[in-house]
Amino acid sequence: MTDRDDTAGAPHAPAKHPGAALLSAYAAGTLSESFDLTIAAHVSLCDACRAEVMSFEALGGGLLETMPPAPLARAMPEPAADRRPQATPGMQEAAARDGDLPAPLERYAGTSSARLRWRAVGGGVMQIILKAEGPGRARLLRIPGGMAMPHHGHRGIELTLVLGGAFHDGTERFARGDMQVAAPALEHMPVAEEGQPCICLAVTDAPLRFTSLLPRLAQPFLRI
Amino acid sequence: MHLQPSALHAAPVSAPAGMARAVASGCPGASVPLSGRSRNGHDAPMSPEPGDTDWSAQLRRVAEGDRAAFALLYAHFAPRLKSFMLRSGAGETLAEDIAQDVMASVWHKAPQFDAARAGASTWIFTIARNRRIDDQRRAARPEPEVLDWGPEPEPDPTEALSVQAETDLLHRALHGLPQAQRELIERAYFGEQSHREIAVLTGLPLGTIKSRIRLALDRLRHGMDRS
Repeated sequence: MTDRDDTAGAPHAPAKHPGAALLSAYAAGTLSESFDLTIAAHVSLCDACRAEVMSFEALGGGLLETMPPAPLARAMPEPAADRRPQATPGMQEAAARDGDLPAPLERYAGTSSARLRWRAVGGGVMQIILKAEGPGRARLLRIPGGMAMPHHGHRGIELTLVLGGAFHDGTERFARGDMQVAAPALEHMPVAEEGQPCICLAVTDAPLRFTSLLPRLAQPFLRI
Repeated sequence: MHLQPSALHAAPVSAPAGMARAVASGCPGASVPLSGRSRNGHDAPMSPEPGDTDWSAQLRRVAEGDRAAFALLYAHFAPRLKSFMLRSGAGETLAEDIAQDVMASVWHKAPQFDAARAGASTWIFTIARNRRIDDQRRAARPEPEVLDWGPEPEPDPTEALSVQAETDLLHRALHGLPQAQRELIERAYFGEQSHREIAVLTGLPLGTIKSRIRLALDRLRHGMDRS
């Protein structure tokens, strides 16, 4: 992983990846649903981060293994005679084409990439709000090429995952699979690349419990 | 600090007959842990080193319906799962329920376990994590797209050995960790504080695990390209 700075964590995440802090929180299961969703979508498109999540799961396994045992109140139940049939983890149709939604996102959008029902929010920008329990708000955005990306708030860490097209933030180009992690203080003016629209998943607000009480401001432009 | 009670003794197990046999015979490839370990291992000299029992092998036996192997896994993991849930903020009853539930899932899902992919404790941890999230949310945890781990129906034994070795190494490193660092990791995993701190922790052999998985993913991708 020569392209990664493994010691960094959000908000100083390595460019275009969530960073160790968010990946370990995803592995630990302590993120909000919308952040879980964003990390799952990124990991679907990034093997480096998938490997990192799995190594943090191994750390979770290590914690479990080294816990002092707590006495159980009940005896071991007799294992069921018949195993419940489990869904075999077969190969899902990978979202291969630019703009296609990774599987975890399709579930939240409720439809395949081809059938998305975009809603205009002004200026040619379209969006779909995804139903995820708070804290954290997740939406898909479709921004025409050459247009400035709407600000979606700086009250907590803000994640933007590109699914189609690309955007520039002045210094970097973000294409499919790239994630921008923006800290509250970051001043950025992302612009969708000329040509095809930029489709991205944008998640705002605080991912972790201890920062979940930050106030949420009105966002009249996005009608939220 | 006194020794933690044995995992086996801690659980009032009404084991199936097979379990007693398995314990008595030493159950090939497995030795039964005779005592639990203290948090940092320093004051538990009688404790076996991590890795004394090949839990992955036990899980494969469970996959074939071996109830004795399941009883061994239960005796080891159920009290640790409960302990984990108690530390995560669950009450006594909920922690017990989740531990029991997770072990039931272990029984049902054992055929899906792939020793070439993750260690037994890692696999059980992910089941417990998802179970805890199920408890807190209406929707199931968003998971990445599933990757078929390999074309072989049988797990690659070499890969499984690497996983086992890495897992042992990691568990030993965790045992040897200074208490303050251990608590830092615990607090992050139990949702009590930011993960920023554990991101900068050094001294745990996570890099080798990450590298191996990355290599396996590369091989997988190239195999998929060919097909």
